[in-house]
Amino acid sequence: MTSSSLSISKPASWKLSLLDNNLFNSAIRYVAVPLTGVLVFLLLWSATAQNIDTSLGKFPGPAAVWEQFGALYQEHERSREKAAAFYERQEIRNAERLAEDPGYQPKIRDYTGKETFIDQIFTSLITVMSGFLLAVAIAIPLGIATGLSRTLSSAINPIIQIFKPVSPLAWLPLVTMVVSALYTSTDPLVAKSFLNSMITVTLCCLWPMVINTSVGVAGIESDLVNVSKVLRLSPLKHVQKIVLPASVPMIFTGMRLSLGVAWMVLIAAEMLAQNPGLGKFVWDEFQNGSSDSLARIMAAVIVIGVIGFLLDRAMLQLQKLASWDKDSITH
Amino acid sequence: MKWTQLFRRAAITVGLASTLGLATPATSAELGYPEKEELTFGFIKLTDMAPIAIAYEKGFFEDEGLYVTIEAQANWKVLLDGVIDGRLDGAHMLAGQPIAATMGFGTKAEIITPFSMDLNGNGITVSNEIWEQMKPNIPKMDNGLPVHPIKADALKPVVEKYKAAGKPFNMGMVFPVSTHNYELRYWLAAGGIHPGYYAPHKGDISGQIDADALLSVTPPPQMPATLEAGTIYGYCVGEPWNQQAVFKGIGVPVVTDYEIWKDNPEKVFGITKTFAEKYPNTAIRITRALIRAAMWLDENNNANRPEAVKILSRSNYVGADYEVIANSMTGTFEYEKGDKREVPDFNVFFRYHATYPYYSDAIWYLTQMRRWGQISEDKSDDWYKEMAAKVYRPDIYRAAAESLIKDKLASADQFPDFSSEDGYREPQTHFIDGIVYNGQKPNEYIGKFPIGLKAGQKL
Repeated sequence: MTSSSLSISKPASWKLSLLDNNLFNSAIRYVAVPLTGVLVFLLLWSATAQNIDTSLGKFPGPAAVWEQFGALYQEHERSREKAAAFYERQEIRNAERLAEDPGYQPKIRDYTGKETFIDQIFTSLITVMSGFLLAVAIAIPLGIATGLSRTLSSAINPIIQIFKPVSPLAWLPLVTMVVSALYTSTDPLVAKSFLNSMITVTLCCLWPMVINTSVGVAGIESDLVNVSKVLRLSPLKHVQKIVLPASVPMIFTGMRLSLGVAWMVLIAAEMLAQNPGLGKFVWDEFQNGSSDSLARIMAAVIVIGVIGFLLDRAMLQLQKLASWDKDSITH
Repeated sequence: MKWTQLFRRAAITVGLASTLGLATPATSAELGYPEKEELTFGFIKLTDMAPIAIAYEKGFFEDEGLYVTIEAQANWKVLLDGVIDGRLDGAHMLAGQPIAATMGFGTKAEIITPFSMDLNGNGITVSNEIWEQMKPNIPKMDNGLPVHPIKADALKPVVEKYKAAGKPFNMGMVFPVSTHNYELRYWLAAGGIHPGYYAPHKGDISGQIDADALLSVTPPPQMPATLEAGTIYGYCVGEPWNQQAVFKGIGVPVVTDYEIWKDNPEKVFGITKTFAEKYPNTAIRITRALIRAAMWLDENNNANRPEAVKILSRSNYVGADYEVIANSMTGTFEYEKGDKREVPDFNVFFRYHATYPYYSDAIWYLTQMRRWGQISEDKSDDWYKEMAAKVYRPDIYRAAAESLIKDKLASADQFPDFSSEDGYREPQTHFIDGIVYNGQKPNEYIGKFPIGLKAGQKL
């Protein structure tokens, strides 16, 4: 490349080719290199897959997994058709019964079929977001409080340090039992299984947020605190005008960490507790032990990865939007 | 005598439920609309859950005005707890589960069954390593294939060898009160291998006292993986998990429960007593749908089985490959790879009055619970009969069957003669050890076994 650009003497075209060169370089860097990486990975994957014999047949290669993506989508389409037929039959049945039994209050019941892979993705997303938002609602005020007060911080710190490394799987049985004991409405607003997963997620992604918020708040520059003192801001105003804006970068770093934890925790919790979602999908397929099972699990693994990545990117964008200190953001 | 008792109960049930206080027996009343329309049923991934899947897929539940959601459960304990705490309205259960729950062995709860789901359907599989050691002890036919049924006598020297070497001989079954536990025990004991006693009054519920072979619990779908890992040397489980071992090449089924006890009752459909009392019409309508499904499964000499297998192989039901499920469901059973034999009655869903909840079936399970110490003390014959009548509810079955006959969806000759049926089968002879079972005389039956607790014996 360089030799060809050197041979051109005119300054204008020199510049142009330099621009070209840059563009070309960045194209290589951002497109060609990652693409090669993925290709090499796919090749390695399909080569190794050929050589792994499990009792359920060969380990699925990229082609088998791709095929299962198609099959899963078709299953989803078929399920939608069945659901439509189900509602149709139900309306006819309701009408018939109303004719015979005028006192009857017809009701449209939800489709009783099994959730498809795509339904499970949405269930998992909703659960993780609910658990995460609940954690945000608890962790940020708590983090600010501990960040502002040294006494409170030293009181709460041991508890945080002990609970932080606890795996979700340890929490799960406790959460399940407590939820079944306390949540006993006959016509529940949300399912128990949803609450179980959600609370487990909350418990596990609470800590990184509390710690980061607290560190962010405690580390506010003394100049800013002094300004607040001079202006005699009320405690509420102090938090609103000084503390929050100053610690936003750290808070968002904590949130991003937490969301990553939340997503990982959720899959494990769903798997263990048989709560609806992608984790349950993986476990069900493992139990089925059919010849497609491994390819389907691999498909789920890829989807889990892609969603985890997208969630992280979304948080990053949010962080960029909300934060004044662009230097604090790392990719 | 049984019938007067039965009618009284039915009358009380209906009387309680109806605010009008019309104490007519459920059997003669016009069947009303279901009180509860949205139901959730649990199941374990086994082919004998088929009646539930078929009742759903063929619209039999919807015909009754029932909107049913069907959910696979992780293991039998989770399933039972689900029914007890109301998360599930009903479930595909091991015959021993409602009995043990009512009796208070394990979790205490009053669970009843109006519908017996199938006959036979289980097998005992051993790992390839054990099979190689058993093989020399098994007589061969002219074509070189082993003579079936294979008795545990062939396994005994192997177990003794392991015992002498100080290695525990571990085997898997699916639940302490499962059919599989009793079948595996029956087979082992018939071959002189002691499967161990339970002593719940001393807090010992491992069931390994005096045992030659140590039995422990593994959920059905995980059996093949556990065998492959070498944690257990063999297991007793329902289909498709024996055929799965053949397909995966990790083990060999040695005997089916059809050979241990021909036409033995297997799963039941369990609901809580409270549910049946609170929603009597719903209970009858569920039974109606399940009877129709069972009839469909056995219709025209198993003509619908391939379609049923296709449904079961979907991932939301059993989910194993079509070929694996089809092996046993369509009337054949593959022992060693390539040694496929005809077992037309391997899975029976309706023939031979398979769905009728016989008291004598319940009593057989009770006798085995006593034999292995799960019932730690002697009980009178009457106690056995009362317990069976508490759990098995032919009154609900009868109401359902008679209303099906009335609606021309079934004919009377497909069912036992309800006016004379007392709920006890004729003495049954087809056991692998030749011991005859008469449900009327449980204590006499328990006394016949060489291995097992006898009258008056307490650990």
